[in-house]
Amino acid sequence: MSAELAVEERAVPRPAWPAPRPRRWRPGDVLLWGYAALGLVYLFLPIGVMVLFSFNRPRGRFNFVWQEFSLDAWAHPLAVPALADAMVLSLKVAAIATTAATVFGTLIALALIRYRFRGGGAVNVLLLLPLTTPEVVMGSSLLTLFLTWGIPTGFLTIVIAHIMFSISYVVLTVKARLRGFDWTLEEAAMDLGANEWRTFRKVTLPLIYPGILAAGLLSFALSLDDFIITLFNAGPEVTFPLYVWGSARVAVPPQINVIGTTILVLTVVLIGLSLVVQRRRYR
Amino acid sequence: MRGRLRALVPYVMAAPGVAWLVLFFLVPILTLAQTSLSRGTFFTGFHFAWDWRNYLDALTTFDQQFIRSFEYAGMATLIALAVGYPLAYAIAFRGGRYKTLLLALVVLPFFTTYLIRTLAWMTILADEGPVVKALKVLHLLPADGRLLATTIAVVGGLTYNFLPFMVLPIYVALEKIEPELVDAARDLYASSFRAFRRVVLPLSMPGVFAGSLLTFIPAAGDFINAQLLGTSRQTMIGNVIQSQFLVLLDYPTAAALSFLLMAAILLAVFVYARLLGTEQLTG
Repeated sequence: MSAELAVEERAVPRPAWPAPRPRRWRPGDVLLWGYAALGLVYLFLPIGVMVLFSFNRPRGRFNFVWQEFSLDAWAHPLAVPALADAMVLSLKVAAIATTAATVFGTLIALALIRYRFRGGGAVNVLLLLPLTTPEVVMGSSLLTLFLTWGIPTGFLTIVIAHIMFSISYVVLTVKARLRGFDWTLEEAAMDLGANEWRTFRKVTLPLIYPGILAAGLLSFALSLDDFIITLFNAGPEVTFPLYVWGSARVAVPPQINVIGTTILVLTVVLIGLSLVVQRRRYR
Repeated sequence: MRGRLRALVPYVMAAPGVAWLVLFFLVPILTLAQTSLSRGTFFTGFHFAWDWRNYLDALTTFDQQFIRSFEYAGMATLIALAVGYPLAYAIAFRGGRYKTLLLALVVLPFFTTYLIRTLAWMTILADEGPVVKALKVLHLLPADGRLLATTIAVVGGLTYNFLPFMVLPIYVALEKIEPELVDAARDLYASSFRAFRRVVLPLSMPGVFAGSLLTFIPAAGDFINAQLLGTSRQTMIGNVIQSQFLVLLDYPTAAALSFLLMAAILLAVFVYARLLGTEQLTG
């Protein structure tokens, strides 16, 4: 995206050779878009159902069959106390885990890209391993560790686990942003008398900030959504996904759909805002 | 002296995150390895004994679930490729200025909790739901036929939940291809299809490789879809590991199963890399 914008900005005068033939719609394109549209419908069907059923008044304990339109669940989103508690716990865990993982991950990314150091290759492998390990394996191995060490599972162990699986994603996201970074800017700042810390704070950090923000958002979303690893390490605690899991067997209140829809809308707003902020920064 | 201190900077920066990953990812995997060779019960305690029988027992008792997991994950990967490749292609080559928006649309559904999405599929495929009714009217489903609690539902759920992991890497690979390359092939009298097959497809293979792995690995270890959308006839290895750990408390067997799953996935990745023919794919 940055490349496109850069080209736009420079407004290179068009070269004199003949303009390319205008594209006409060919049958192949129509077929391709039809197929792609079907793919998008597949992606959005469950989301539509989730939103629709947040307006349902279910008869009985399960919200699986459409009965009648109602705003009850939206008027009383916290009417199910256990669900509200679960949501609060999830937000707490996500806030702590995101902060820690973003700091750890950004530091690793900076170390890897800014300095070439012995052992950098090994660190890269270590970062890739969690991405290629199934979640059941990560969750169960952490549980065995906690059992061996005699650490009771609960809030603390959930946070530990969430930081663990978020770090790799943060590093990848920040690294992608650092790839095109012009390190001579740092040298320029230091030539002008700024010390290293000041250079980092005033030059490097503001420039890589969008990447860090994106990494933070990603790790927040991952933490809020994690189920498998959390299931193994939650002990008596119930996060939002764990609540949904339990409810699938016992009772599904429409409030679950209300919260799901709210998370989705908030995400759209956040992504929209961060895109706007990023565009501003480029200009 | 100052030079030597400077050389330490990257290590200090990477240290917290790397230590976290070693402590809570690598060490647990080693603990799991130890547990998988241990003897004993939850109540008498486990002790290390080089007991390879756990592996033999795990393989002979749960061979069906293993095979099923790989079948389902394989099917889900193939379907995700069939749905995801054209979608990524349409966005990358025909997206024009709507590229970012379309890409956001692909990712958006995945900011709803995984479990809520799966609950929504339960609603869509429900026995009294409109989809089952329509299929019955069209005689595509017998009068007593179901969608929920079938292999179709489980594989469909797996495909759905990991689809963006397929689309994004393929999109990234396609996006890097310069359209001029395709134009050049066309100018040299290649048909559209031939230009695609000889130019675009080979260049997009790293994306297909990465996408397939990112879909296959979590799908093979998943137990949510099999649990919510299937029955005991669709049980996957993830379900077994989960219940061995959390319900039956038979840690040695569960640990052996986890290791076998990891080994099998590594083997599958290796074979797949070989089949695709190049080692540079990952780079």
